[in-house]
Amino acid sequence: MVVFEKPKALADVSMHYCPGCTHGIIHRLVAEVIDELGIEGKTIGVAPVGCSVMAYNYFNCDMVEAAHGRAPAVATGLKRSDPENHIVFTYQGDGDLASIGMAETVHSATRNENITVIFVNNAIYGMTGGQMAPTSLPGQVTQTSPYGRDTNHCGFPIKVCEMLSELDGPEYLERVAVNNVKNVRNAKKAIKKAFENQINNKGFSLIEVVSSCPTNWGMTPQKALEWVEEKMIPYYPLGVYKDRSADSDK
Amino acid sequence: MAKLTFKTDMCKGCGLCVDACPKKLLVIAKDKINKKGHSPAEITDESQCIGCAFCATMCPDCIITVER
Repeated sequence: MVVFEKPKALADVSMHYCPGCTHGIIHRLVAEVIDELGIEGKTIGVAPVGCSVMAYNYFNCDMVEAAHGRAPAVATGLKRSDPENHIVFTYQGDGDLASIGMAETVHSATRNENITVIFVNNAIYGMTGGQMAPTSLPGQVTQTSPYGRDTNHCGFPIKVCEMLSELDGPEYLERVAVNNVKNVRNAKKAIKKAFENQINNKGFSLIEVVSSCPTNWGMTPQKALEWVEEKMIPYYPLGVYKDRSADSDK
Repeated sequence: MAKLTFKTDMCKGCGLCVDACPKKLLVIAKDKINKKGHSPAEITDESQCIGCAFCATMCPDCIITVER
């Protein structure tokens, strides 16, 4: 009996990501959820700009490529054009969602747009070569902060889930990680809930996935996952930040 | 007995599966090289494999199929 194989919603091609990049794990989780919910035929993904810019080559569902940061706006249009027959998700990195796309993110959240957002936070700009991102940790060494991020000069990292949880709009906000087997399984549960919320017309769900970037952090894949555990998760605590349906049941 | 199948030519040799294996059965085969130019992961003693699929769960490139 097969207990684990590549999900059908994930194309059988080699991905361009660096060795040990956890984008591959997150792609697979999304594809597994699409398979399990049986929604491949009506799912439309929106790819961002960043390392996952070529995500449209890796999913077997329909995909659209959005301009930098504008994925939630494109997703809004796709969803509103045929709300009954479209399941729309965006897959965005931290440079895309938390920097240039912050306006689109906040406004689609506050409108409680019925879409699913997968937000991959690896605290750095990966594709452009490792510059400081809005989510880079205080003291983190990047190409543009060679002495570490100085919070007096560059300010503090943006905690997207905490920030959006103050809005009345969004339905579901959760932060997960993919640094070990337990966290990967929890991440899948969260992504599944985010898709189910959309199917049940509940509204905006955002899953922030704390991820790694071995290449630009200058670490081995193993060290990068340890760094996630030791540095990233204490600054970005995992958990559910907003669950409106559960809150209203209380 | 569990059976692991590797799509060896898609492996990037990152070693996340090696760390994930609770029985420490996986290794990066330093003496081999695949089409991509990486040393791929392989299993040393398949008879000891319990089929937990931890390796496949952590594999970013989804190259491992687990049967039990």
